[in-house]
Amino acid sequence: MDPLIEARALTKRFGGFVAVDGIDFVIRPGEAFGFLGPNGAGKSSTMRMIGCVSPVSGGTLRVLGMDPAADGAQIRARLGVVPQEDNLDTELTVWDNLMIYGRYFDLPRAEIRRRAEELLEFVQLTDRRDSRVDPLSGGMKRRLTIARALINEPEVLLLDEPTTGLDPQARHMLWERLYRLKQDGVTLVLTTHYMDEAEQLCDRLVIMDAGRIVAEGSPRDLVATHATREVVELRFGRAAEQHAALARVRTLAPRVEPVADRLLVYTDDGDATAAAVTADGVGAASVLVRRASLEDVFLILTGRTLEE
Amino acid sequence: MSTPPVVRVMEREARVLARLWRGMVFSTLLSPLLFLAAMGLGLGGLVKAHTGRVAGLTYLDFVAPGLMVASAMQLAANEAMWPVLGGVKWMKTFHATVATPITAGEIVVGYVLWVVVRAIGASTVFFVVAALLGAVPSAWGVLAIPAAALCAGAFAAPLAAYSVTLDTDLVFPVIMRVGVLPLFLFSGTFFPLSQLPSGLRPLAAMSPLWHGVELARGATTGTLHIGADIVHVLVLLACVGAGFAWGRRTFARRLTS
Repeated sequence: MDPLIEARALTKRFGGFVAVDGIDFVIRPGEAFGFLGPNGAGKSSTMRMIGCVSPVSGGTLRVLGMDPAADGAQIRARLGVVPQEDNLDTELTVWDNLMIYGRYFDLPRAEIRRRAEELLEFVQLTDRRDSRVDPLSGGMKRRLTIARALINEPEVLLLDEPTTGLDPQARHMLWERLYRLKQDGVTLVLTTHYMDEAEQLCDRLVIMDAGRIVAEGSPRDLVATHATREVVELRFGRAAEQHAALARVRTLAPRVEPVADRLLVYTDDGDATAAAVTADGVGAASVLVRRASLEDVFLILTGRTLEE
Repeated sequence: MSTPPVVRVMEREARVLARLWRGMVFSTLLSPLLFLAAMGLGLGGLVKAHTGRVAGLTYLDFVAPGLMVASAMQLAANEAMWPVLGGVKWMKTFHATVATPITAGEIVVGYVLWVVVRAIGASTVFFVVAALLGAVPSAWGVLAIPAAALCAGAFAAPLAAYSVTLDTDLVFPVIMRVGVLPLFLFSGTFFPLSQLPSGLRPLAAMSPLWHGVELARGATTGTLHIGADIVHVLVLLACVGAGFAWGRRTFARRLTS
């Protein structure tokens, strides 16, 4: 299958600052593809280039088989964009937000009305159709933004940090809607700095750091390739105790990562390592064994946590 | 059957007007009509009792076209400042628009054309009231409406181009006080330029408002001067054209960098 989006040595510079530093990726039809990384990793810049609202500084980018520099308007006609910051029209009602946005795509009014009815149903905002935008909750605004992004029945939906700032219930509701879209064959491209979001939604993802891609694969493959099966988390009463224990713990396991409030010990047998740590008397206040996650992959590859 | 992108940009503004028209009509028309009553009738009566005429016209006939075009300028200045910064900075709706097939350049052109449409509406109401008061002696007077609209565009286009580059609205009140208000007072609106010290006259003649007022006054009083009027129209068109050219660049830089 031809790729929907293909980047080779894709670069974005703002003056002397390199936001995206020569990245390669391929996104295929129907998949959910993620850019995972901390703030400032270059995710949003990449999304804006894909969305044809930011010119490419170097390398090549093809979206839907076209060149963003030459065919921006034609590409955008077939994309849906959910930006990081809400930019709904607060001077219009929920319904008019959809009507006006549909007109930007030059759709006939009767067709927009038909789709708007369906989309409000889909995002569960039918009873708010005549409401203004301001009184809506954060989760409702996000859902309306997604409905708006779907008004042109896009082949690709770009979501930049779709659930940042939402409460857990609103996040789960949004994930569930996105999952349904994916089942309907819409290609999802999203950025996130939440590893649980990446694990929930993405078939495949790239991990970005400082403008570069540091790893690529499915969530499961990334964990299998770059992390151990399990992680033992050691918490200490005081920072000095944690610092003192580090060298001792390192003699018990090949890989130990200190983070702000705990030591992460990477191991294939968590229980055995936990037992060894306890037996050695390193003096941890708590010992927790868990499965390794994308967060650990990021930490191992970059030495930093995702949300710092 | 496709609709031009700039028209689709205007549809959004029309939709907002359809929701908020009462407040907008009130705020757009009240001030000019109060000015017309106070200056045209109140001050005009005083002028009549003392010197009789201004530039060969009754004061009401003199000031009505001036106020009409000056009001169109004020409307254009207001609409090209706060709402433009709102679209890029506060509501960020322009960012949502450029994610569709609409381009940054089409936003500025569509938005300014919408301001011109608003100016046509406001000027038409003003014109009818002025005509009812007997301030439009000539049948050519309706041409004052396109003159006011053109003048609105001459202000809206460059100001919108500038507003989109800003990060705060702190400079807008300064523009109103140091730019728009002096033009309002000294562009041949309330008195002929000949009343100004001779050194200031060429300065006032550079004001786009003066060109608009001259056109409109020529129309309402039936004293059109083809040569001079062509120059007025060209000056105003040049302001619109320069504003569009600049705006295409500033909007693109701000929205698609």
